[in-house]
Amino acid sequence: MPEFLSELLNQNEIFTATTVMHYWGGLTTTVQLVFLSLVIGLLMAVPLAILRTVRNPFVSGPVWLYTYLFRGTPLLIQLYIIYYGIGQIEGIQETFWWDIFRDPFYPALLAFTLNTAAYTTEIIRGALMATPPGEVEAAKAYGMSWALRMRRIILPSAFRRAIQAYSNEVIFMLHASAIASVVTIVDLTGAARDIYSRFYAPFTAFIAVALIYMALTFLIVYAFRRLERHLLKHQSPLNQ
Amino acid sequence: MLDFHGYGPELLRGAIVTTELAFAALALALAIGLLGASAKLSGSRSARGVATFYTTVIRGIPDLVMMMLFYYGGQVLMNQLSDYLYYNHGIDFFVQFDPFMSGVLTIGLIFGAYMTETFRGAFLAVPTGQIEAGRAYGMNRLQVFCRIMFPQMLRHALPGIGNNWQVLLKTTALVSVIGLSDMVRIAEQASKAEHAPFKFFIPVAVMYLSLTAITELAIKCLNRRANAGVVGGI
Repeated sequence: MPEFLSELLNQNEIFTATTVMHYWGGLTTTVQLVFLSLVIGLLMAVPLAILRTVRNPFVSGPVWLYTYLFRGTPLLIQLYIIYYGIGQIEGIQETFWWDIFRDPFYPALLAFTLNTAAYTTEIIRGALMATPPGEVEAAKAYGMSWALRMRRIILPSAFRRAIQAYSNEVIFMLHASAIASVVTIVDLTGAARDIYSRFYAPFTAFIAVALIYMALTFLIVYAFRRLERHLLKHQSPLNQ
Repeated sequence: MLDFHGYGPELLRGAIVTTELAFAALALALAIGLLGASAKLSGSRSARGVATFYTTVIRGIPDLVMMMLFYYGGQVLMNQLSDYLYYNHGIDFFVQFDPFMSGVLTIGLIFGAYMTETFRGAFLAVPTGQIEAGRAYGMNRLQVFCRIMFPQMLRHALPGIGNNWQVLLKTTALVSVIGLSDMVRIAEQASKAEHAPFKFFIPVAVMYLSLTAITELAIKCLNRRANAGVVGGI
């Protein structure tokens, strides 16, 4: 941190260089947690959504059950089950998995990923179901195989339809990640809780962090609006 | 048979606390939603501005952060108010800010913002001709609202209210973090004491699933009543 900045900060009672760095650490943890869970969740959701649209109930049924369970229960419960439950699995403490899952970051990442994958699966499924039949028929008439059709026609068209709902899911995930602080992770909310308890200044600690979350939210909204405008260019009015 | 190590009755009591909290927050959210929607649709610029500011801010802040702000901050404010009143006016007034109250307040405020949008859309879906017809019959504004706007708005708002309710119910789990003895907190304490997380959290998860399933049925029934006489396409 530059000299003049830390000097300025040290005149402040609560926002000293130490607390600002604490918030910064929390911000990086939150961003890592949310970004990783969203990326892995999206990668999981695409094949799951395709499986969910298959007519055979033995294929689509398990996916339905997974999304039903993860969308029907609070994320906090899922986090608790994974966080407290992993240590209870017999024999895990002897394997290398224990070294990974002893750090609360990874159980939280797992819970968030499974949760967002469930929601995203349903979003993409809705978009897949809404594919105009004409597009599929046209692809078939061109002699495209199932995989080629999926890759060239159905998925790109579904992504365009899903993007609006998905941006809500991203914001939801950012906000939901605040509960990571419950399992001792020092994310943004965790940092605010530390600072609150050190200075007993609830307004300063929590309003500051609320503003950071708000800035992140608006950043996401802006980025998605740009992306939407790019992807849906063919639908925008000509004289614009 | 399921063995809850004697935590069974307490878990059940926690489930009742969760339900009470959810319904209290729903009532507050519906009230705020109606108010907010009226403000957004009113002719007053300042009312529209306040309502827009409220819904924007609420959607930018995580529920947990707001809950902590209200719970920890509310107590500090309350103490200051109490001191001020006592020293300057001699009034002995004090309210303990408990987690239940903060939970109802926060969840009510958050979902009030979502309900505002739901109600706004629903009010806009009532055809203007009907309102004009009501006015032409000589009904005053209140009568038009009670007899024409409200019943028809409800039809459009119910699906949205149903969705918000499902999310609200799951959000109540967060109140356990600020110390309310709802079923999540009791399950957490029990699972720590007994080293059996699955045994306590899975029943709680099932409880949430069944609460959503039951209320979904109730909303379906309400929906059928609100839509009586509407000729549907499907």
